Amino acid sequence: MLYLLNGMGFYLIFCKFIEEKLRTMIMKTHTKFLSVIFFAAAFAVVSCKKDPVEEPPVPEFGSIAIEFENMVGDSVLELNSDDNYAINGDTFTVTMFKYYISNIKLASANGTFTEPESYHLIDQSVPGSFTFTIDNIPVGDYTGISFMIGVDSTRNVSGVQTGALDPANGMFWSWSSGYIMAKFEGTSPQSGGSSHNLIYHTGGFSGVNSVLRTVGPSFNGAIANVTKTETPVIHIAADLAEWFVAPANIDFATTYTIHMPGTAAKMIADNYADMFSVEHIHN
Amino acid sequence: MFFTATTLFIGSCTHDVPVKPELPSDDIRLVVPSNFPQPVYNFSSNTLTKEGFILGRKLFYETRLSRDNTISCGSCHQQFAAFAHFEHKVSHGIDGLFGNRNSPGLFNLLWQTNFMWDGGVNHIEVQPLAPITNPVEMDESMNNVVSKLKADPLYKKMFIDAFGNDTINSQRVFKAMAQFMGMFTSSNSRYDKYMRGEPEGTMSAEELNGLNLVRQKCTPCHAEPLFTDNTYRNNGLLFDPILNDAGRMNITMLQSDSMKIKVPSLRNVGLTGLYMHDGRFNTLQQVLNHYSTGIVHNSTLDPLLATGIPLTTQEKSDIVRFLETLNDYELITDERFADPNF
Repeated sequence: MLYLLNGMGFYLIFCKFIEEKLRTMIMKTHTKFLSVIFFAAAFAVVSCKKDPVEEPPVPEFGSIAIEFENMVGDSVLELNSDDNYAINGDTFTVTMFKYYISNIKLASANGTFTEPESYHLIDQSVPGSFTFTIDNIPVGDYTGISFMIGVDSTRNVSGVQTGALDPANGMFWSWSSGYIMAKFEGTSPQSGGSSHNLIYHTGGFSGVNSVLRTVGPSFNGAIANVTKTETPVIHIAADLAEWFVAPANIDFATTYTIHMPGTAAKMIADNYADMFSVEHIHN
Repeated sequence: MFFTATTLFIGSCTHDVPVKPELPSDDIRLVVPSNFPQPVYNFSSNTLTKEGFILGRKLFYETRLSRDNTISCGSCHQQFAAFAHFEHKVSHGIDGLFGNRNSPGLFNLLWQTNFMWDGGVNHIEVQPLAPITNPVEMDESMNNVVSKLKADPLYKKMFIDAFGNDTINSQRVFKAMAQFMGMFTSSNSRYDKYMRGEPEGTMSAEELNGLNLVRQKCTPCHAEPLFTDNTYRNNGLLFDPILNDAGRMNITMLQSDSMKIKVPSLRNVGLTGLYMHDGRFNTLQQVLNHYSTGIVHNSTLDPLLATGIPLTTQEKSDIVRFLETLNDYELITDERFADPNF
């Protein structure tokens, strides 16, 4: 109500103001422009006095939820599992799996919605991190998604951040500033590392060392129908097995530690760029 | 009706932005010295307040930032040594462990583009993360640091004073520390007063000759007024196979950056010994001897040092005299920067 009153107040003042201005202008303006000014004045006064105060059309907004499910091939990923996973003739266990998703964009016939402050850390050890909701999305049918795997270069050089980007999350290199975009740790009997460890930390945000990859897993013709009341859920699978195959097949005997930007990190990033697939969408 | 609406409108116009209470920050301000360029970091995204500065100071001298609560930033960055570690080749961190680089002086940090000897840290706000988490320095996690601070009612009050509510997180810890360390402006050496034509700015003939020699032979690397050009260079030191320090190459992974180290400022160099990134030289005389006759040639040696810097005994003496005019005694005695626990 206050808002409405304020709006009316402004509107009435504005009309008064225009009338005053026009009177002075007409008196001062060269005759050659008089007819134009009169026309404009008449239009302004008329429109000011006759337009009723109407509520502007209210855009409608809803939400979308995105749920990530971490997998290894067809199996749901389990940390510290007694059963080993198999890949490339090697076996391995997983003790840590986490990655950043950022700069989410959703496409509809009406255009592209870009999530503000779009930074999410998916951490297999924190079930609460698997699902998040994006609010204030214009209602409509959404047909596609894209996002960055990692944290864009700007936030790597802008000082200390918070929330998902808090350096306390253990995803920031202190000795060579920049986010660790994704982490996989585990063990494999084939690993050449100490205690048969596997430690893959990918990072690097600039130039030739950038591991940032923007991907757009297909909806396969499905639609996320956002209404004021219904929140569709986009269910995305992330397959850890993709880290180790195509384009590069990873041999745990020789590749067991990656902890700096460079060729090895980029090789893994190229591999995991296709680890996401949209499984289904709940409407 | 019209009157009411108008009043409301005007009211909303003048009062819709809540007025922040004015903080008594009269002695904590960013002052750019008249002989300095504009700073790289100017607190535009980290409002400088007296309360933020005081919190940053408490954190700088806080031993609870280390795993066993024994080491603070101030342990290896002593005010009387222009915030270097006086007479320490390298510093001893947690459990008596040694690092492999000399603790540098801290001043004019707002004019630095990158931090650490290899430039690995790209922003003043994330710099403290490196020593806090380094296993041979403070060996602590930010989660533990935040937990320890949350358990202390005094910190709760200080975070409210500095940031308006009692949220304690690593972002606020680092922003407060940037407010404290960012204020270490060193611009009141006798050289500065000479350059600004101030009454105390007198220089002897030897000191002026030293200044001219530095201008002729030590630039562009040690260019005025900051006496560093913020670049990385191989200054011809003999490679130490035990330290095995590849310098800037550790960050860029480029072979061409092997053994390159950030050019340090010459300011306060009379206070910050020992010298070079690994503290290998004890005196400024030894440093000058290195540049005049000790340059070791290898593939990444800076081209400006290809023939060394020939210096006579008198020239070295005059340069050392001049370098001592860069000592900023106001910086090292400024009570605002002192450990509040004493």
